Amino acid sequence: MAEAAASAAADGAGCGSGSSLERERERVCAGRRLRVLSGHLQGRAPAAALVLNECRGRAPAAAPAAPPPAAPESSSIPKKRQELMKWNGWGYNDSKFIINKKGQIEFTGKRYPLSGMVLPTFREWLQNVLGLNLDQRTTSKASLNASDVPPSVVKEDFLDDLKETSISYSQEADDRVFRAHGHCLHEIYLLREGIFQRIPDIVLWPKCHDDVVKIVDLACKYNLCIIPFGGGTSVSSGLSCPVDEKRTIVSLDTSQMNRILWVDEHNLTAHVEAGITGQELERQLKESGYCTGHEPDSQEFSTVGGWVSTRASGMKKNIYGNIEDLVVHIKMVTPKGVIEKSCQVPRMSTGPDIHHFILGSEGTLGVVTEATIKIRPVPEYQKYGSVAFPNFERGVACLREIAKQRCAPASIRLMDNMQFQFGLALKPQVSSIFTSFLDGLKKFYITKFKGFDPNQLSVATLLFEGDREKVLQHEKQVYDIAAKFGGLAAGEDNGQRGYLLTYVIAYLRDLGLEHYVLGESFETSAPWDRVIDLCRNVKERIAKECKEKGVQFSPLSTCRVTQTYDAGACIYFYFAFNYRGISDPLTVFEETEAAAREEILANGGSLSHHHGGSQVESILQILKDHINVSYFFIVPMAVYKFYLAVI
Amino acid sequence: MEKTVNLATVSPSTPLPRALKRQKERHGPQKELKKWDEFEDMLEERRHFSDLKYAMKCYTPTVYKGLCPCKPDKIKRCVLKSEEVQYIIKQISKETHESTDIIQEEASVILDEMAHKLRLGAIRFFAFSLSKVFKRIYKKVCVNEEGIQRLQRAIQEHPVVLLPSHRSYIDFLMLSYVLYTYDLPVPVIAAGMDFLGMKLVGELLRMSGAFFMRRTFGGNKLYWTVFSEYVKTMLRNGYAPVEFFLEGTRSRSAKTLTPKLGLLNIVMEPFFKREVFDTYLVPISISYDRPLEETLYAHELLGVPKPKESTTGLLKARKVLNENYGSIHVYFGEPLSLRSIANGKMSRGPYNLVPRHIPQKPSEDMHAFVSHVAYKLELLQIQNMVLNPWNLVATVFLQNLPRMDFDILVKKTVWLKDLTQTFGGFLIWPDNIAADEVIHSSLLLHSNIVNFNKDQVILKEESEEPGTAEGLVFQHITILMCVAYRNQLLNIFVRPSFVAISLQMTPGFRKEDIYSCFDFLRDVFSDEFIFFPGNALKDFEEGCYLLTKNETIQVTPQDILVTDKGDTVVSFLALLFKPFVEGYRIICQYLQKEENEGFTEKQYLTGIRNYNYCLLQSGESECYELLSSDMHKNALAALVRLGAVSKNKVNDEYTYKVNDEAIIKLEEMLGAKIPIGKPVTARL
Repeated sequence: MAEAAASAAADGAGCGSGSSLERERERVCAGRRLRVLSGHLQGRAPAAALVLNECRGRAPAAAPAAPPPAAPESSSIPKKRQELMKWNGWGYNDSKFIINKKGQIEFTGKRYPLSGMVLPTFREWLQNVLGLNLDQRTTSKASLNASDVPPSVVKEDFLDDLKETSISYSQEADDRVFRAHGHCLHEIYLLREGIFQRIPDIVLWPKCHDDVVKIVDLACKYNLCIIPFGGGTSVSSGLSCPVDEKRTIVSLDTSQMNRILWVDEHNLTAHVEAGITGQELERQLKESGYCTGHEPDSQEFSTVGGWVSTRASGMKKNIYGNIEDLVVHIKMVTPKGVIEKSCQVPRMSTGPDIHHFILGSEGTLGVVTEATIKIRPVPEYQKYGSVAFPNFERGVACLREIAKQRCAPASIRLMDNMQFQFGLALKPQVSSIFTSFLDGLKKFYITKFKGFDPNQLSVATLLFEGDREKVLQHEKQVYDIAAKFGGLAAGEDNGQRGYLLTYVIAYLRDLGLEHYVLGESFETSAPWDRVIDLCRNVKERIAKECKEKGVQFSPLSTCRVTQTYDAGACIYFYFAFNYRGISDPLTVFEETEAAAREEILANGGSLSHHHGGSQVESILQILKDHINVSYFFIVPMAVYKFYLAVI
Repeated sequence: MEKTVNLATVSPSTPLPRALKRQKERHGPQKELKKWDEFEDMLEERRHFSDLKYAMKCYTPTVYKGLCPCKPDKIKRCVLKSEEVQYIIKQISKETHESTDIIQEEASVILDEMAHKLRLGAIRFFAFSLSKVFKRIYKKVCVNEEGIQRLQRAIQEHPVVLLPSHRSYIDFLMLSYVLYTYDLPVPVIAAGMDFLGMKLVGELLRMSGAFFMRRTFGGNKLYWTVFSEYVKTMLRNGYAPVEFFLEGTRSRSAKTLTPKLGLLNIVMEPFFKREVFDTYLVPISISYDRPLEETLYAHELLGVPKPKESTTGLLKARKVLNENYGSIHVYFGEPLSLRSIANGKMSRGPYNLVPRHIPQKPSEDMHAFVSHVAYKLELLQIQNMVLNPWNLVATVFLQNLPRMDFDILVKKTVWLKDLTQTFGGFLIWPDNIAADEVIHSSLLLHSNIVNFNKDQVILKEESEEPGTAEGLVFQHITILMCVAYRNQLLNIFVRPSFVAISLQMTPGFRKEDIYSCFDFLRDVFSDEFIFFPGNALKDFEEGCYLLTKNETIQVTPQDILVTDKGDTVVSFLALLFKPFVEGYRIICQYLQKEENEGFTEKQYLTGIRNYNYCLLQSGESECYELLSSDMHKNALAALVRLGAVSKNKVNDEYTYKVNDEAIIKLEEMLGAKIPIGKPVTARL
């Protein structure tokens, strides 16, 4: 992806010519969008539509060392990310799984409901399922050694120009390494065991849209390569630098573009800068009684710009929609100028929607700087719930029915048996005897009284949102459907715990890496009728591949149906294995993951539902190959003729 | 599973100390390493312990790990309710304006007709009575127990399809019997509707797991859908191993028949659609010293129609209980993972883009793949078929009709034994007994075919029993019986022999010309023998390799030369297959005289039979092979394929028309009157 951005940047000389002044904004129509688009696809410069916007955020005479705007930045991301977050793992420095003095696993910190809690049964579970031995530790680098890091190669005259713009930057090794990767397993593994061959040469912190325009202009002028960096949570290698990239690589960190520029309560929209994190956005909106409802699992760190670039999906999409449903307006800086729509409207029919090319383009077309997203009043009432099914198949059938009746709650997730057990193992030490007694009773009721096989049963967790009355009504409807599929209500606590674990689970991989376990998650979407076969086959394929590759302990391969749609579902897999006794674990891991993906495709699933993937370039290529000039002859409009003349 | 070895998976150079040792025990020193498992006689135990106890034993077979246990009735319900069947019912209802209820009812009737009613009681009954029968008529029933162990593991992992060779009705009784004995789940078996004609027996078979399919589905979409859904449902649920015969019917000639792909297609579909993770295909080779139906087959081949299966017929056949039918060898081959075979050979497109319950015509690629698998499986069956001394004796004897000296027979048979082993035949030859004794005892076993008289072996000319069907010459029956025994050898001799014939038919020694001739023969006879589709060069190289190995020929970059000592082998091999070349040539000759524009198959069969009788009587031909209707049918199919005869459908009946020019050319090529030419031009 970075390459495409680079090549787009490469031939940008002379872009944004006088035509920008013509301001044909009234004539924003299919013709122009196609023209702009095709310009990006073809790598040639049509008369670009550069829109000049004022940098509203910047004080007119901002000095390089000017203090940050007055807005509270308590939980925003600092420039020196490593001061707050792990340089070689997931999340905050203060939060991690450790082994306490008693030899039990404990989660540190204060940020999460699980923080400071002991997980008494987790150790044993890890031992049984993965053969993980907590006494055996891998040795990895404790800190970054600056001398290992590839040097920063930046032209002096570019630096001079850059200084004039007063955009802050850094060439420090640790800043650059932090932005050389996302959170793919192989990236984290490499951080711990070695170092990247190629990392960004310089990190830039623009403060507003105009800064980005300046940076892109400079990139065109000096032939640099830009990789936009938002939350850094990419799991599709979107941030890795091409090893053979000879140009200077600029990491454009959007973290300082983190303001809500305005809120429109009439139309229920908010205009925000691309670098704001989900968590911060929700916190600030909540102050005025609103929310976006977009909650991807990475929302603590991931940013609006990142969501747009990867076609993100949030947990509560059933109410609020996925990112493509949420954005009303996008502003993107490309080497040829700025692309944006001329209005803030819910829908338009003037040819292909330009947003659909930007959404999921993974930074290959330009830098997303601002977006308008829909907001909603904060819901009056929230309720968790859970349903136990005798087996996964019945659970899927139930979810299918719920989707059919279009009555899915804000979130509904169905865990397979292994993931259910996993969740049980992560149960913190209970404070009172009474709670554990109640748990015991519940377990007895489900397994003994109702005859569920504890090694078969499957659990759905639910989250309802809205008016109190409607929620209760909705809840009843869902439980009634569940009952038809043999589902038993299994309590609010179980449901809530499932969601609380969401943000914590990502921390587990670091614990695994310290003890010879590699783990990763991946996801797909599939038609309803193939969900069960796909889940079974992918899990079996993982087990088979691991066995063939000499993995001694059978791997953890487990899944959950995590979103429902009219025509299918999204499935989320966890895969982890113990690599003791294997000389090249990373290769084993990558081959197994590739096999699992191949299996998904063979079962009629997609490469990705929301993580994004490396298909962007090939899709752009397909467009290039198939959107053929002759096609436009069919519509004899002046605009199109003009378009032809440009080509 | 990885430890067990099989010819298919191991290259000849792989060191196999254990297999070698075993071979030495059994066959003495050998030129080549062989990789077959050891056989165990399973009747041995039966002879010492109570059959009743055995029939009532605690039977807890290992089952598929994903099995959801259910009764036969539930399967029927599943099938009727399945999306596949419901879809086709709606479809037909739209086309015929018949109400869906009526069609649903029709489907239900079809299902009742086909469905099995597997019941443990019936299995136990068979276990008991078959023990009694088998002990009486068979000396041994030998099974490779390692194969059983492999199968046991396979059954637990994935759905299993059992694919036995088909030489006798005993095949499926035998297989269920073996699986019961070794505590494996008894299979459900696709059987022809013919059995349903038998009172009681049909129902008994049903209860022991047989389900019945019509021989022709015609264009009956409903039948096809119900049938395939029925098979697939059992497979997907892992209800029981599914068993059927790739050859489609019992091979009367003892040659492996070309595979029928319909059922194979069905059982592979759940994997293609990823409804199951994998499917194991298990080739099984069942070899008989002497099949119960040996004389019956000869009669059928001579044109006496197959007697209808009936219970009274079965009772009349009681007399078989007084005879000795030697031994049976059941060899369970390595289970083939369909997933591994399909790896990289299939595009996933077609099944992803259409809902899985909507029937799709398999693409050409898919069809080619199914055919590929079918041939692969049949070649594996062939590889594991046991050959016995009598197969060699019959072969030698047929080249020396009607009588020969015993000493010469022994000498030549022993010579052939070495050749057979060189060519990789799975020959069971008791090495601890003198050769003449071995041959003597096999002559005794087949005393209905040959007499042994004063050091001479003589073909029987008169039947001991009256009642040879009218118009038949008893000698023809005995000859065809011999031919069937010889045929078992042909499968492994065909490649080197075609090279040998090509050497004889081709003027000069140029490799290219010889290959052209080989390719031509392979093409002409691809209905007679099993060749992997489209791999002529590999077959040629294999044939040459085998001949080089025993120093019959020398292959130089340009030429193929016969060595001094190689002459005997080449002429023997050429003689072995000459009846086929000669037979096809005579058929061509006959067809040139055919004046009828548009004759039917029936007319052709009678015509060619009469023509051949005349030739035999007048002594113009000695091609007894041509008595066999099997050859007549194969030849007609080959001629149609080669374009020498055209096949047309007129009023629901096929008629044939001779293409004179092509048939003359073919006859001349077979008679080596004109050179074959390049492979491309050899196509008529």
